[in-house]
Order: sequence, then C-alpha cells, then structure tokens
Amino acid sequence: MADDAIRCDACPVLCYIKPGRAGACDRYANADGQLVRLDPHVVLERAVSRGDTLVPFLEKAREWDGALLSGEETFVTAIGAGTTYPDYKPAPFIISSEIAGVDMVTVVTEGIFSYCGVKLKIDTDRHLGAECSIVRAQGEAVGHVTTNEYGSQMLSLGGVRHLTGGSRHEGTATCDTLLSLCNRHAVELKIDDGATVIVQADKAPIVDGVQEERMRVGCGSATIGMFAKQWFGKVDEVVVVDDHITGVLSEHQAGKLLGVPESGIVLKGRRSTPGRYFRVAEPGTSWGGTNIDDPLSILGPFDREVARPGLRLLMVSTTGEHHAYFELDESLHPVEKELPAALRESVERIRENCEPALCTVLFMGGAGGSLRAGVTENPVKLTHSVRDALTRVTCGGAPVYVWPGGGITIMADVSRMPENAFGYVPTPALVAPIEFTLKLADYATLGGYMDHVRPLSSITSINRDEESRRRLAARPDNPWPLASEKRK
Amino acid sequence: MNNRSQIRMLPDGRRLHMHDGPIDMIVEAFGVVSEVEVAYRAAAARFAGILDELCGELAFLRRPASEDGDLPAGPIARRMLAAVRPYASRTFITPMAAVAGAVAEEILETMIAAAKLSRAYVNDGGDVALHLAPGEKFVVGMVERPDRASLFGTTTIEFCDPIRGIATSGWRGRSFSLGIADAVTVLADTAAMADTAATVVANAVDLPGHPRVGRVRACDLAPDSDLGERLVTQSVGELTPGEIRDALAAGIRLAESICGLGLIRAAALNLQGQRRVIGAQGRAQLVDIPVPDGSPVHA
Repeated sequence: MADDAIRCDACPVLCYIKPGRAGACDRYANADGQLVRLDPHVVLERAVSRGDTLVPFLEKAREWDGALLSGEETFVTAIGAGTTYPDYKPAPFIISSEIAGVDMVTVVTEGIFSYCGVKLKIDTDRHLGAECSIVRAQGEAVGHVTTNEYGSQMLSLGGVRHLTGGSRHEGTATCDTLLSLCNRHAVELKIDDGATVIVQADKAPIVDGVQEERMRVGCGSATIGMFAKQWFGKVDEVVVVDDHITGVLSEHQAGKLLGVPESGIVLKGRRSTPGRYFRVAEPGTSWGGTNIDDPLSILGPFDREVARPGLRLLMVSTTGEHHAYFELDESLHPVEKELPAALRESVERIRENCEPALCTVLFMGGAGGSLRAGVTENPVKLTHSVRDALTRVTCGGAPVYVWPGGGITIMADVSRMPENAFGYVPTPALVAPIEFTLKLADYATLGGYMDHVRPLSSITSINRDEESRRRLAARPDNPWPLASEKRK
Repeated sequence: MNNRSQIRMLPDGRRLHMHDGPIDMIVEAFGVVSEVEVAYRAAAARFAGILDELCGELAFLRRPASEDGDLPAGPIARRMLAAVRPYASRTFITPMAAVAGAVAEEILETMIAAAKLSRAYVNDGGDVALHLAPGEKFVVGMVERPDRASLFGTTTIEFCDPIRGIATSGWRGRSFSLGIADAVTVLADTAAMADTAATVVANAVDLPGHPRVGRVRACDLAPDSDLGERLVTQSVGELTPGEIRDALAAGIRLAESICGLGLIRAAALNLQGQRRVIGAQGRAQLVDIPVPDGSPVHA
C-alpha cells in the first residue's frame, strides 16, 4: 500500500485501515497512523441505536460463566393484592415493567389455597414421636410425623384432609396453625405418644419445655471418626451416645487405625459393624436423642479378661451437651470423676461443631385451576409456561421450588417472605401471595389479560395512596424476581 | 479458544452476546432453562473458532464467486459460497456478501443440534437466523434505517412459513453498498440467502450517475475490501419523489425476479420515506402496523 494505511493485528482479519477510518469491526481505527481502540461511548451509541442493551466495553467485563444472570428494579408482591376468587376474572394486579429492554409482566394475586400445608423441619435428635404419629394443635389433628432427616425431625402439617375433610374444629385449628407458622409466629404442637414441641420459623425448637441448642455434629459413629485423633492418648475409651448409631472408640475403625487397645467395654444394643451400635436405648429427649439419663445404663459389666483398673472412659452425646467421665476402680466398676481439662476441650469442640438448632417452615401448595384462570384465559398454558421456565413463580417475592410433574405445586421458605404475608378465609383455607412473572410477549401468547396490564408506575407513583402500600427492601438472599433464573 | 473473543450474557440475563473481531452477535434461545444453557454453551464453544476458520480462507472468500469451481474447506465458507452462487452469472458477488448470515446460521444450527429449543434466534449484526419448533412463531420488528432503532412495522414468522432468515442491507449500514437504499429487508429460507439477497437488492436500488449521490472507490476507504475499485455510496442528497420511485422500481424488478426463483420470500425496500414491498401475500402486516413493545428481534 502506497498510502499510510496501517495493518491492524487485533484479530485475524488483519484489516488495512486508512487514516481516519475504522476496521471491519468498527472498534479499531487508524488515528494519524496510530492504531487506536475507539472511545467507549462510540460503541455505546451504536448499541443504543441498534436497540441493544448496553454492554461495558473497555471496562474489564466479567466473562460469561455459562449462567443466566440478573437485573434490578421494583417488584410488586402479591401480599395484600386481594384476590378474585372464584376466579374467572383477571387477577387484581397485572403489572408490566421494562427490564433491560424486555417487557416483563408480573401477575400478582393472592391465592386461596385449600391444597396447602407446611413442611416443618425441626433440628433435633430428640425423639418427638414415632413416624406417622398424629400431630395435634389445640387438641385437633393438624398433621403427622414424617420421615426423619439427618439431624432433624420432620412434620407434615395441614393439607386438604385436615383443612376441609374433618370436623369444623379440626379445619379451624389446622388453618390457624398454618397461618401462625407461615407468618412466623410460635405454635405449640403435641405429638401422640410423643413430645410437646413449640416451633417457630427460624427459632430453636422447645421440646418438652427444654430449648434445643444444637444439631448433632454427626451420628455417634461419625463423631468417633471426627474426634478420634483428639482423644487419642488422653483417654482409653470413648462412647458417643446416639439414638441412631452409638460409637465406641476402641472398636471403631478410627480407633483401630490409631492403635487404641481393647478396653473390655460391653455395650447394650445391637452391634451393626465394629464400634457401631443400634438401639442402645429407647428414643427419647435425653442423651443423644435416647431416653437415658444415666449413660452407664447402656453398658454391661466390663470384660474381666481385658479391662484393667484405672481405665479412663469418656461418655458424650453427639452434641456435646451431655457428657460424663469415669475411671474403673479395682473391681472394674466405672466411677464418675471430674472431666479432665484435656477432654473438656474435645467436648467443647463437639459443641462448637454443632450448628444451631432451628425450626424451618416451608409453605407448600398447589395453584389450582381457578387461581390460574386469574392469570390467563387458558389456565393450562400457564402451567406449561411455568414448566418451561418462561414464567417465574414467587411467593411474596421469595423464590419457590416448583415440583416436577403436572400442575403448579410449589414450596417456599416463609422466612424469606415479608412478615405477615399470609392470610386466611373462613372456608377454611390459607391465603398466600403468589406472583407469576413473565415476558409481556409470552403473557400475550398464553392468553393473558392484556387489557388489564398496567404499568408499574401506576402502582408506585407517589400520589397514589401511599399508605395502602408497604415498601420493603428486597432481601439480599432472594434472587430478584424479575431477573433471569440462575439454576443448575 | 482464542483470547480475543468476548462471550457474556447481556444484563437482561436472557440474551447471549458474542463478539470477536468484526463479528458481533446477539443470541437468544427459548425453552427449558437447562436446554437453553446447553444451547448457549454449544454456541459459545462453536463461536470461539469461527473467525480463525474464516480468516484462513479470507483470500478465497473475497474473490468473485463462480457457478462452478473450487469449494472452500470450512463449513461456514461453504454456506457463504452456496448462498451467493445463484447470483454469480448475473452480477459481481463474492462469498463475503453472505458472511454474517452464514455465521448466524452456523451458530443457530449448533444450538439446535445440542439442545431442544422452542425458539431461537441469532442476530449477527442485523442478519438473523431463526429456529421455530412446531406451533411457534416470531414477531419481527423492522427498521426503516439501520442506524435508527425506530421500527416501521412488524411481521410474524410462523413455523409453517419457509422463512428462517432475515437480513437488512443499505448504504447507511456497516457494510459498503453500491446502491442508495436506506434499508432493504429480506425474508428468505436461510440467513445466508437473506444476507446475500439484501445486499444484491440494496445495490440495485440506485440512480446511476446521479449528482447528489456521493460515491467513493471502496479500496480508497478500505484497501482490502472485496469490492476493490467499485464505487460505494457514502452520501445521498435529497431526491425528488420521482427519483425515489425510479430507484425503488429498479430494486423491485430485481427482487421480484429472485423471488420468482425462490431465492427470497419477501422484501421491503426503503428509500427516503417511500417503501415498496414484494412477496408479502398474506403478510399485510409487513406494511405499517403499530409495533408492539418488546419485539424479540430487531432485523
């Protein structure tokens, strides 16, 4: 080239760029013989004129990690929106707001849920009641004990059978219990042939008058595995008492590996594998979720062939809450002594490793045909749209888990909703906030009430009765409802 | 993976933006979230090698196409050549006329091979490749001038339509044009076909030798342009209504002839406020329909 064009080597196109001109990319240019990157606002203007969203150019933009991410503005929750039951009418608020260039619609309604309840997770190893036992509130059956989870007892409360299938009293007590739990108030529950427990979302359970402090660090066997090294050399035998699996250091694989010698200890209960025992006692609310108050009651006489006087024995529960220290006398009987300082540390360590015990309340319900009709004239399309993740469902702005399969059956953590988000109707049934958020275009496609869509500004404008609205900051731990979902 | 290309989600969290050298595209897929992610990952993986692949054959791709002769090696280059060959005997054309559409098609096909999507589009600088599952449709907005975002109308493309490609060309756009059209928007079966046809039709909307049309040799602007010494339009002064009609008529004649060959399905030609449309049977909405908000595709 005879002129002063320069070759740009920013990419393999290798454009020859004349002075005052840009390359094929419009991003690199020849400024008086120098290759320059164009000022960012030039790129910005192009983006605007193309109708595209602005993208940082010269700033070091975050590389895409494959996830679908976020934006922010105002989101209207359904709390207090009212409802249109029995619902062929459009939902009370259908709100549009433009999010990053895409018109989004949030259909806001309060759903009346006959099919609904709560799943209650109570972090405790104490025995609250046998599986399938009836859970009562105000003397009425409101639910049952369901499958235990690791470190937690689980209750399933509410549901259509208790709400509307039983006596009037049963229905009212159930509705009352669900409402209190969902609004994060405390409720006393009595389990048939089991404990009385006071539960409240995000608070520690109180079992038979005793506030639970901690979740167990693990089962008895796991506790042995975790702490064997810290005990080694400081004590001759350790029993971790646990209603599920009681662990014995000298017999446990962890003790064997360290070379802990046999102690002659004899455990009651059924041996599962070496150093691991099932059912050393009955379930209860004392040591490690058993019914014992005297730890020695789970031991038989020491084996005289193996045991020796002076043998040091630590017995501890899986939370460290209960512990006792013994030494064998001349006749090989354990005699309780003060816990040596070296062992006190390990007991403390167990406690430290236990998470605070909490009650957590998940609201669970199904959005029925009539509720869906408040969103669209063709309700099954809403279901399909939720299923295809085109429509986002939230409860009071909190994220929900949508169960796979048919219908719109959701679970939501009430702790992530605004306070007092729930109400009731005398049916009895619970009134829960539910919001459906989707693109305006998709809303039209699924037969939405387009003529009822109103802009966010009509809800949030200052001169409209301010008092009838509650403005809340979004919880930072909730994904913004209008943002795209980040789901793996 | 080269370290030039930028791949990221736009702030709306739905659209994928991919940029490498002169390639700048917006991708959006619709469907189950997990499938969309699979599609985007596949698109990103394919995208990383595209510019190097094309530049490896750039000299060939900048030469005029012939109806027979050597085939390029790369799959995108082959798409480009296939799209421009039908025009090779009647006009000057190089495979570069189809580059944006062909790249869009390649990314789109990569995504639909990788994931189950209800709809998807790849918008490569205004050249758009579409995917529609049965029963699905796209509402496409159209601009009068590529340098302005205002839409003059919309058209709906449904599954049963043969159309899967949209392209717009004009002298105000990023690529050089030999004609004076503000914008020629073409609907065709593929994005590469649409890209080529939009270029050819926009070149044909012309008033040769008109004193108020400023023209410069392409090589004086960009020494390595495939247009060489051909005069490309740099300015168009105010034209009389008659002149505008004449220029549009020239473009329409060509558009109708290639529409008869099945190379395009419809075209809308814009010049200084006048518009001519062909092939719009059953799509009257191509002309002046109020634009709904949030049209997913800006063609």
